[in-house]
Amino acid sequence: MKTALTQNANRRDSLKQIASLACLLACVGYSSFAEAAYNKAAFDSKSVNEAIKFQGAGSISESKEVLLNAPDYAENGAAVALGVSTAMAGVRKILILIEKNPASLAASFEVSEWIEANFSTRVKMSQTCDVYAVAIMADGRALFSKKEVKVTIGSCGA
Amino acid sequence: MAEPTRIRAQVLGGKTTVRILMNHEMESGHRKDGAGKIVPSWFIQEVSVSLNGKVILDADFGPSVSKNPYLQFVIKGGKAGDKLSLSWRDNRGQTRTDEASVA
Repeated sequence: MKTALTQNANRRDSLKQIASLACLLACVGYSSFAEAAYNKAAFDSKSVNEAIKFQGAGSISESKEVLLNAPDYAENGAAVALGVSTAMAGVRKILILIEKNPASLAASFEVSEWIEANFSTRVKMSQTCDVYAVAIMADGRALFSKKEVKVTIGSCGA
Repeated sequence: MAEPTRIRAQVLGGKTTVRILMNHEMESGHRKDGAGKIVPSWFIQEVSVSLNGKVILDADFGPSVSKNPYLQFVIKGGKAGDKLSLSWRDNRGQTRTDEASVA
């Protein structure tokens, strides 16, 4: 984070980065469970776009650099295995979103300097829809890739 | 009290792959019970993983994460004997912390 700050010659960009750094620090906090850490607004969002915006992203665009590993068909919507990874530098957060679940945002991961931007988990899916993998960059851009997963048996109210 | 979290961490090619299986119902708050009443939501909201006492991963979950959440991630570096600790907190305020060593 510090190197990103010093590299930046443009003042406006620096200010933006300071703001995002402040946000990051506020979100992470020193205790592992700071009260402000859980982004309720984002997790309550009904739409993919809204949830990404609530996670502090500026522009949203599709990118081949973000890799989403998801099945074509999920026999059981109660546990759909998903993997998200990217080799890009400067990733701040990775989000997993399920378009047609009652709340779109499934999980968010803070990418620290000690770990790779590479996560796998399992989610519930109420019906066939697009799954989004989003990388929120340090400069505020949100880059996503998506894939439709066909669900044969939906989870009873994801 | 919730069952222990299962944590496996293995060093391979200079990286450590961590696999975690938490024990939790992860009720979405949309499901109905036999009597047609909505089962209140009950899910893990925050997960924190530390390596040798230093927080390396903060994750937030919504109710869309599966029952008994699975989480896999990769640590840059790491060596056998490193101490991993995982804590979670759910929306009822219950918490649990489990520890494991990197193998």
